[in-house]
Amino acid sequence: MKKHLLSAADLTRDDAELILATAAELRSLADRPIKKLPALRGRTIVNLFFEDSTRTRISFEAAAKRLSADVINFSAKGSSLSKGESLKDTALTLEAMGADAVVVRHWAAGAPHLLANAGWSRSSVVNAGDGTHEHPTQALLDAFTMTRHLGNLDGRRVAIVGDVLHSRVARSNALLLKTLGAEVTLVAPPTLLPFGIEGWDVETSYDLDAVLPKTDVVMMLRVQQERMTLRGGNFFPTVREYSRRYGLDGRRMATLQDHTIVMHPGPMIRGMEITADVADSDRSVIVEQVTNGVAVRMAVLYLLLGGSEPAVSTGSTNATEDTK
Amino acid sequence: MTTYLITGARPYGGEPVDLLLKDGVVAEIGKPGTVVSTSSTNESVSTTEGVEVVDADGLVALPGLVDLHTHLREPGREDAETVETGTHAAALGGFTAVHAMANTDPVADTAGVVEQVWRLGREAGYCDVFPVGAVTVGLAGERLAELGAMADSAARVRVFSDDGKCVSDPVLMRRALEYVKAFDGVVAQHAQEPRLTEDAQMNEGELSGRLGLRGWPAVAEEAIIARDCLLAAHTGSRLHVCHVSTAGSVEIVRWAKSKGWPVTAEACPHHLLLTDELAATYDPIYKVNPPLRSAADVAALREGLADGTIDIVATDHAPHPHEDKDCEWQAAAFGMLGLETALSIVQATMVDTGLLDWAAVAERMSAAPARIGRAEGHGRPLAVGEPANVVLYDPSASRVVDAGELASLSRNTPYAGRELPGRVVATFLRGTPTVLEGKLA
Repeated sequence: MKKHLLSAADLTRDDAELILATAAELRSLADRPIKKLPALRGRTIVNLFFEDSTRTRISFEAAAKRLSADVINFSAKGSSLSKGESLKDTALTLEAMGADAVVVRHWAAGAPHLLANAGWSRSSVVNAGDGTHEHPTQALLDAFTMTRHLGNLDGRRVAIVGDVLHSRVARSNALLLKTLGAEVTLVAPPTLLPFGIEGWDVETSYDLDAVLPKTDVVMMLRVQQERMTLRGGNFFPTVREYSRRYGLDGRRMATLQDHTIVMHPGPMIRGMEITADVADSDRSVIVEQVTNGVAVRMAVLYLLLGGSEPAVSTGSTNATEDTK
Repeated sequence: MTTYLITGARPYGGEPVDLLLKDGVVAEIGKPGTVVSTSSTNESVSTTEGVEVVDADGLVALPGLVDLHTHLREPGREDAETVETGTHAAALGGFTAVHAMANTDPVADTAGVVEQVWRLGREAGYCDVFPVGAVTVGLAGERLAELGAMADSAARVRVFSDDGKCVSDPVLMRRALEYVKAFDGVVAQHAQEPRLTEDAQMNEGELSGRLGLRGWPAVAEEAIIARDCLLAAHTGSRLHVCHVSTAGSVEIVRWAKSKGWPVTAEACPHHLLLTDELAATYDPIYKVNPPLRSAADVAALREGLADGTIDIVATDHAPHPHEDKDCEWQAAAFGMLGLETALSIVQATMVDTGLLDWAAVAERMSAAPARIGRAEGHGRPLAVGEPANVVLYDPSASRVVDAGELASLSRNTPYAGRELPGRVVATFLRGTPTVLEGKLA
């Protein structure tokens, strides 16, 4: 594995499978009364959040703590308009504090890339979501959740539905799922698909009803209206029309195959892209995604910080014995 | 005033000659070894006493370069560049005249500000500074600035531009084009449809989608250029299109010229060399307005510059302090340095590729920009009796660009660490060297 996790494209198939296998071992911890391992004792992990995100920060924090790492949460306010302390100065500060890994969430695409490559810091950098670029640990936890329900993802069909244009989740998932052998279809109104998507090596469709009966996974994306104020808005006429054409409701859910699961990276807008009866149905694995997120992030932190031993000891570690 | 004898230089890359620069003009041109003896018989000077000899054996001699598009940042952003440092950079790049864009603070939208910039240029003395006047008050795109007052001022402004911002209101653009006819002015348009480029960060293409950076579609440039060409035809006024960056724009300008409309256009060195692939580094050193485009656009620009569709090369030299580039791409300033590397980039992309000879380079970097900008005394041929604005250039040299060695106050060159061909050896402004042996004189 590389030193940083900036993009899902950084992961080879072997890397991704190692993370998922490690996560599977660590996932079992969640069912134990004592959830803590000593693997990263004495290591310092900084959660550096330039953008509000309660769920992702808590997930990374829980992951680091269950590995016994020291966790520092650093929330830096500031946007492109109201610049606070610069990313560089923040990075130099964290470097001076001796952070082993920095988990960064940032409003600017490429900020984790800059943090990793500008020479400001020696820490491992984990991208916890950068602008409308990527969110690789979300893709890993999504893939992990899929494998728990569907097994190997080779040839499996995954439909990612909604605001692909503004979604870092969609970008990372498209890359990682391709690496893992799945077939991805991005479903959205044409205004919410990125320009030049023909070159992405994924299927695209404007017709949700045509895609649903064939898919093994349907992943609904939140419509990011807060990112739509620029560029004039008008990505779709009304919320009602969006819901009618691209929302997942009970009627549409009935056209899914029996084994098909419904996912959502959260936070959901119930009644817009997904109705309550779907979100709370047996097909929904949305809550499980959250649980799996902790295990996957534990695996990522453990592997990035040099874990070469199995994360969870498989019994007594016998010293080599002379067989004579 | 010292007289200079330049020996062995090749005007426009042709046969070697000696040139005598005296009293601000090219006094004599002759075969090597003949010039001083001629003058000595005439003036009874038996030696070269009183004449500085500049050995230019093998160097290409061109008329002093003229930049129609420079940001000198003064007044207001003296932390990025001053008229003095900017003209140092210009001289080192072989320029004897630059047009200083109006987006200063305060904006150059009054006679007072343009005269200040003009005067600072005179005081610096390294090249002539022709201030560009803003088209609209404060570059706000709402009402015309006092264009006539700037034209009548000591700065004699002939080029008007809101560069950095587009005059997007079609009525305002029409009025500006009409109004500048009264004093032979030209409106230099920064073609960028604002609604199509809100918060745009890089060329819109497959890569912008992948990188999650907001796209800057080619149509945002092309739509404005098409509209403005039609307005230029309708009003009969001179339109100049700044920093053409797309293949479609080249096509539109080619079409407008085929109609005989009064349209000229420029391309920047960086758009002739660099592509949008560099945005994948997320290094804002490559962030520029208009953005770096695709390889196909680069090829179309080179072709357009070769066939004359694009009249000139202009640098869009845009200095920025380090902190405005040492940050997130989205938070970083647009722009890159250009004066000190322009001729090398043109050599690499146009001359070494066989697309232009040196005479054509002189046309596109000296004669044509001087004509468009009405920069009197510049862009004249290397001929006896003409102003002695001369650059001596060694195309066989090469250098690795070191940002720290640039004369500009800023360091935001996209070419740091790159090996570029050629080197400006000397620049003369009206017979006085501003650069000798590659250093400020």
